[in-house]
Amino acid sequence: MADNFTKGMARNIYYGGGVFFFLLLMGLTFDTMLVLPERDHRENITEAVAEGKKIWENNDCVGCHSLMGEGAYFAPELANVFDRYADSDSDGVGDDQATFEAFLQNWMAIQPLNVPGRRQMPQFNLSKEDVHNLSEFLIWTSRVNDNDWPPNKQG
Amino acid sequence: MKYESQSVAKNYFIFAMVLFAGQAVFGLIMGLQYIVGDFLAGYIPFNVARMVHTNLLIVWLLFGFMGASYYLVPEESETELYSPLLARIMFWVFAAAGVATILGYLFVPYSKLAELTFNELLPTMGREFLEMPTITKIGVVVVVLAFIFNLGMTILRGRKTVINMVLITGLIGLAVFFLFSFYLPDNLILDKFFWWFVVHLWVEGVWELIMGAILAFTLIKVTGVDREIIEKWLYIIIALALISGLIGMGHHYFWIGPSEYWLWLGSIFSAIEPIPFFMMVVFAFKMVRERRMEHGNQVALTWALGTAVMAFLGAGVWGFIHTLAPVNYYTHGSQITAAHGHLAFFGAYAMIVMTIISYAMPIMRGRPQGNCMRAQKLERTGFWIMCISMLGITLALTVAGVWQIVLQRLPDDANALSFMATQEQLHPIFWVRLVFGLTFTSGIAVYFTSFFVGDAKGLVVNEDLALQKASQA
Repeated sequence: MADNFTKGMARNIYYGGGVFFFLLLMGLTFDTMLVLPERDHRENITEAVAEGKKIWENNDCVGCHSLMGEGAYFAPELANVFDRYADSDSDGVGDDQATFEAFLQNWMAIQPLNVPGRRQMPQFNLSKEDVHNLSEFLIWTSRVNDNDWPPNKQG
Repeated sequence: MKYESQSVAKNYFIFAMVLFAGQAVFGLIMGLQYIVGDFLAGYIPFNVARMVHTNLLIVWLLFGFMGASYYLVPEESETELYSPLLARIMFWVFAAAGVATILGYLFVPYSKLAELTFNELLPTMGREFLEMPTITKIGVVVVVLAFIFNLGMTILRGRKTVINMVLITGLIGLAVFFLFSFYLPDNLILDKFFWWFVVHLWVEGVWELIMGAILAFTLIKVTGVDREIIEKWLYIIIALALISGLIGMGHHYFWIGPSEYWLWLGSIFSAIEPIPFFMMVVFAFKMVRERRMEHGNQVALTWALGTAVMAFLGAGVWGFIHTLAPVNYYTHGSQITAAHGHLAFFGAYAMIVMTIISYAMPIMRGRPQGNCMRAQKLERTGFWIMCISMLGITLALTVAGVWQIVLQRLPDDANALSFMATQEQLHPIFWVRLVFGLTFTSGIAVYFTSFFVGDAKGLVVNEDLALQKASQA
């Protein structure tokens, strides 16, 4: 290590660099907070959507599934499950909310499937209202502008 | 041991190792569930095994950091710990809270656990790595605050060395960023944005300061290299960690709602993130090469060097391969993520804790020059078995990830295979992963055994160094 690069200089780069980039992060966070409303469509977070998010959390769905690619990788990605199962005009985007909810009501009710060797989803004993809310939450999630992720329907 | 109060670290280290063993058991359960999907279904669903595995990891690393800090701060400060009693009490509080939480996960359905722990008063449950009930989170805050207070008072009374200051900065950062786990909005996108303020700013931020401080301390003790040189290197490493990692957090913002500019900022800054880990490798090897003494505890050096290398591979290399947005578009949320996560966490944080344990435990057990050679050899064997096994797990998951992307992500809607069908195709690779998981667990067993063996004469201290020196005289 060159002796003209002193410990004091290294310390100053740490303090200066640390403070500068922390402030920059705060600035970018602030900007992101201003921009996000156009991208997340939060005006569509109804009480049902908010309750659906609670169902998602209280049953630890993220413990098996991923949501926008984050979570566990044991079970399918669910941010685009609405696009996967309710795209009646095959344009890659879900459009049939009624069909999706019907699918989800049935799906949640018939677990566990008990197919030998298949990764098993538990029975969560959700009410019809719970599943309705969960459906609304997943539909809202699918509509967030996430720079076109995932690459295809399968998630 | 220079200061009696350093011995409070012992319980923290022992409990950390117990939790580590538990983590491995649940890892094996999940490894089998990946292939035999209904293994233990109805008893230990995958998500329960996962939250036990990941939460045990985080908690054992915290116990490890606490033990490391209680050991090194008095020595660095050149004064006894402010309150050994507080440290001992907090150990039992944290241990009890941890055990209760894990039992809660295992014996109570998660939604019921949420109800029993009054989650609805201040909901914080249901997110990855932060599954613990709100009351446990509050407990963690109390324990961590008491811990930082204790160390802070010790440092205030004593020498404010660079290592002390970097460590306490990292720990304060750990505490402050943990507070974001209490922010759980209805808006999933805000939820995710700030979740990363805990996770990224921990493992790709302040935890690197903690790791750097522990590594620097160990190297000073075992190589005898001048403190000035080691401190300079430490500053360089943590400067690079923050300069790269703060905006590097953007690599988590590619696909969860924030604007397109994060694709550029996140890619560019996170591409720099491997550099501090590379510097740690150069630093560690240089200090060992230029050492001023032959310390009896040679295996502690093995751990220090191994940590730097494995952290660079796991965090640096495996992180880099999927950090650029155009690549990450296809790899996000795949087995590649799991590959990187395992090698990074093990290489950087599990190993730095085992490094300080390797150095400090013998001293606390009355063996200032390390355990006897037979024990050190066994410990080194455990080290190699664990490292090679983790590399095996990582390579298996990398192959699985690449194949997953080829089948599921690259093709268009018409031709892409579904998630479940893809996972079926990956089964042979998951078997390989499980085998390495088994060898890894055997490595832990070998490592634990090394704490209990003596040499052929039944001695436990490292007499070989004294004999070597005598024969060279």
